[in-house]
Amino acid sequence: MQRIGVFVCHCGTNIAATVDVKAVAEAARKVPGVVFSTDYQYMCSEAGQDLIKESVKKYNLTNVVICSCSPRMHEKTFRGAVETVDMNPYLLEVANIREQCSWVHKDKAVGTQKAIMLMKAAVAKATLDTPLTPGMLPVTKRALVIGGGIAGMQAALDIAEAGYEVDIVEQKPTIGGKMAQLDKTFPTLDCSSCIVTPKMVDVGQNEKIHIYSYSEIEEVKGYIGNFDVKIRRKARYVDEDKCTGCGLCTEKCPMKNVPNEWNLNLDKRSCVYIPFAQAVPKVATIDPRYCLMLNKGKCGICSKVCGVGAINYKDTDKIVEEKYGAIVAATGFEISDISKYDEYAYAQSPDVVTSLEYERLMSAAGPYGGHLKRPSDGKDPKTIVFVQCVGSREKDSCKGGKEYCSKVCCMYTAKHAILTKDHYPDTDIYVFYIDVRTPGKLFDEFYRRAVEQYGVHYIKGAVGKVTPNKATGKLEVQASDLLLNEQLHIEADMVVLAAAIEPSHTARKLATMLTTPMDTNDFFTEAHAKLRPVESATAGILLAGMCQGPKDIPETVSQASAAAAKAIGILSKDQLVGNPCIAHPDEMMCNGCSQCAGVCPYGAITYVEKEFRMPDRTTKVRRVAQVNEAVCQGCGACTVTCPSGAMDLRGFSNQQIMAEVDALCQ
Amino acid sequence: MSVNENKDWEPKIIAICCNWCSYSGADLAGTNRLSYPANVKIIRVPCSCRVNPMFVLRAFQRGADGVILCGCHPGDCHYSTGNYHTRRRMTLLFSMLNYLGIESARTRVEWVSAAEGQRFVDVMDGFVKTITELGPNRRLEDLRCKQN
Amino acid sequence: MQAELIKRATELMEDGTVNRVLGWQKGQFVYDITPAVFTSVEDLKENFVYNAFCGDNLSKYLRAESEKEGKVLVFLKPCDTYSFNQLLTEYKIHRENVYVIGIECNGKTSGEDLKKKGIEGILDVEENGDELTVRTIYGDEKVSLKDVESYRCATCKSRKHVAYDELIGEDGDILDSHRFDQVEEIEKMSAEERFNFWRGEFSRCIRCNACRNVCPACTCEKCVFDNYDSGLYNKAAENTFEEQCFHIIRAYHVAGRCTDCGECSRVCPEHIPLHLLNRKFIKDYDALYGDFMAGAEVGQMSPVVDFTMDNDAEPSVVQKGGAE
Repeated sequence: MQRIGVFVCHCGTNIAATVDVKAVAEAARKVPGVVFSTDYQYMCSEAGQDLIKESVKKYNLTNVVICSCSPRMHEKTFRGAVETVDMNPYLLEVANIREQCSWVHKDKAVGTQKAIMLMKAAVAKATLDTPLTPGMLPVTKRALVIGGGIAGMQAALDIAEAGYEVDIVEQKPTIGGKMAQLDKTFPTLDCSSCIVTPKMVDVGQNEKIHIYSYSEIEEVKGYIGNFDVKIRRKARYVDEDKCTGCGLCTEKCPMKNVPNEWNLNLDKRSCVYIPFAQAVPKVATIDPRYCLMLNKGKCGICSKVCGVGAINYKDTDKIVEEKYGAIVAATGFEISDISKYDEYAYAQSPDVVTSLEYERLMSAAGPYGGHLKRPSDGKDPKTIVFVQCVGSREKDSCKGGKEYCSKVCCMYTAKHAILTKDHYPDTDIYVFYIDVRTPGKLFDEFYRRAVEQYGVHYIKGAVGKVTPNKATGKLEVQASDLLLNEQLHIEADMVVLAAAIEPSHTARKLATMLTTPMDTNDFFTEAHAKLRPVESATAGILLAGMCQGPKDIPETVSQASAAAAKAIGILSKDQLVGNPCIAHPDEMMCNGCSQCAGVCPYGAITYVEKEFRMPDRTTKVRRVAQVNEAVCQGCGACTVTCPSGAMDLRGFSNQQIMAEVDALCQ
Repeated sequence: MSVNENKDWEPKIIAICCNWCSYSGADLAGTNRLSYPANVKIIRVPCSCRVNPMFVLRAFQRGADGVILCGCHPGDCHYSTGNYHTRRRMTLLFSMLNYLGIESARTRVEWVSAAEGQRFVDVMDGFVKTITELGPNRRLEDLRCKQN
Repeated sequence: MQAELIKRATELMEDGTVNRVLGWQKGQFVYDITPAVFTSVEDLKENFVYNAFCGDNLSKYLRAESEKEGKVLVFLKPCDTYSFNQLLTEYKIHRENVYVIGIECNGKTSGEDLKKKGIEGILDVEENGDELTVRTIYGDEKVSLKDVESYRCATCKSRKHVAYDELIGEDGDILDSHRFDQVEEIEKMSAEERFNFWRGEFSRCIRCNACRNVCPACTCEKCVFDNYDSGLYNKAAENTFEEQCFHIIRAYHVAGRCTDCGECSRVCPEHIPLHLLNRKFIKDYDALYGDFMAGAEVGQMSPVVDFTMDNDAEPSVVQKGGAE
């Protein structure tokens, strides 16, 4: 028979003001199994915890019920307390009489009555508690960073700095990400590549970091401390170890009209290519879609000119298997497809560009060497119209618009305006916005500078239509000024669209492999919006950068460092404590139907053929479920799928929940 | 059946909430001192997909007048997919209960996030109102368990 | 057809393909058919029957039989093959130990169905195609099988075999037999009427467990209702609630796995229309998640354990009457 102790907390007046705590303690004494009950001002205080500990010893308690704040607040505290007096922490239950009682019910009689019922339900559950021991999991002291943009690079550098091995998996031939494509950064206007390329070099030269460029995640199995990951190294037809990055092959390659994705297809590159001069690793890659040798079996020039014999036309995809203790997802973002916004004539005119394309047009390493020219005729644009929130902050999603704010557009547009005016002061610039959002250090000052110092025309309003005029070569922009309530007609040379940012298209597939939740926009969901913003809900999976939500570079770097700190926290442990509240099958009752395995989101359930001694003293080989205790996260989906009730959840067993139901229905 | 003959009658409502979203949402309602009827008694489960139809039936058997399940919004489940299972299971179960003559309004599933303290309150207010209007549920009650 | 089955079974036993046969044998009366395992050719020739009363779905017996030494021959009617596949899906049958002969079925009848037509005191029945000559103590009666076939056969889902090693007779088609008509009738009632209808039905339940024991989907090692730890354990039915609870939970546990073979209603001594519970689930998930037939293929994922992220109905559809 249990000897249960009930401890009722006043929480100052937080509970005691609307719940008669003495009455609750008294009522507890009448509940079968309860041998001791008391109330105290602050149970979570040192003195309160001591009271619990002493009572456990004095009254030889088998279980403890604390009536206090939410178990999400102090369950851990109280479990820790009873553990110090050799009670299994899982023999303690918390009745939530603050958040779900005293704070929501003003009438003391009502509150007291409800608190008593909540106490009884907790006692009913505690009566059926069993001691649970969490398993200990070993930790592989190596981290995986998925994505080699600024977030991934920063996370990898920080983890390597702490002394752990890190692998970066990057799907492009080089690390660097979107930041390497930017011209300048707001609000300081430092040259983006001048700050990002040294980081790339640091990553490339760090002995602890291994870069799998031109690679993708193929499969992720396992759990915190013990992830088994398969990495697909796509065939690049160039031996990475031999290639010196001299670039001779790229010069000699006869296939020179391949759209250059590095410059967002604004110019062409060769078929064998190095994305840009500072690429890391600086290794050539053959684009198999265009290579004459691979497609027609003729050419082979790159192989002939390569001094080190690095070209290998017979290269194939390879799968690398590695083990990791922690994974940082840093998959970044894409510019959303705005082709459905045909009012802006993006598809009709080359002079309507996205902001990222504008970034390349202005870049010294871009297609025009830093001279701002219109893509259509190479002339200097005199009038430029910037349109904000193209596809952002839009409820009507039939065009693929996003409800969220892409966050960085206001600032980069101000940057574009300032940079343009800096180089070409006689340019007329119009910015059409819904709101200008500039929270951030020196951000508003920067925007004010664009308006006041550079005379950029900021107009609150919307662009209704952009019509390319073939005769004049201009773009006729029809817009409305909402503040002055007038229609505007602007003859522009270029239109720049601040297209919405969206998560990488590879993210959802990855989230499925990682079993991490995503929101409806395909951004990874953090474990807690406020308190655990860099962890995913799946233990051991950390989040950095745009994959979690739109953010600027310093925020991305901060988050990456934070994610790295979390990863280091995992890797620095020799063993991890598991969650003991997990599913477990009663093997004698399991009939091997395999339905539970189908609903497990973690693949924690496997089946084995096992020999059993049956009640009739015969032996029989039966197929039964097995739960991998390290993989199971304890959701309980399997327990409901199991018709025979063989699968139950520790800490939330069928009997316990039904006992609570019974107690609350009295 | 829907005539509320007993003036002292107060509906018994069992709310089963998932730990990660709805239970936190209920906590948030408390933190913000947002009041809802005391008839609502919450049971914490790790995920709404832990809720076995047996629990719902058991609540009715023991005299509950309404049972409401709360979980994370679809897509936001802490365990990725738990609430998708809940959605199907409870749709089928509620439809069956309705088919057996248990008014469908006595069973409900609502998605309440950890940030939606106000929504938790609104949902509970609404549910208690509905059940109060429907009156006591005697249909599945196990009379042996009745104390008076 | 009986002679043909015996002949083929004899051949397979004699050539060593199988060492026993799972079939049907006569009970006390001609319409009292019982499943049986025949281990010798003599036994087979003497006792094996196949006639219009052989309604028993033999697939469930394979759970135990396929675990034994050697191969067993089983005769499966089309609807039984769905159960067979479903059991394979759930790893309950060792396929390699079973030789399946699919047999043509044109509907079955029963002593009860004949009595409903006023034919009593049955001594023997002679079959001639679809015509039955019933010899009774009051004289001979001729009836067409169509007129006396069981309700479950009149609303049969499929006369197509979905699993067999060989086939005797013709294979049929998937049928559109209005099997949900009765469910729809109940759905049209008011909540009060539905409750009273089911209370009337369930009040007759004597908890004999025949429905559970015959059901090919009920293959748990130990039923939750027999398991003290499940919290549902009870020795005897004491009031209507327990019958309701038992039948709701049982229907829920077999939902998505029930092949609608109708054995539960066939064996119920109290004539409770249990198939109406199973068919309600089938009708609902067909309507909500797309048509699904348990056992149509091996290895299917049932809509009850599956889900879609974006397209699933919310449980509130029930209130809006959407599931009906």
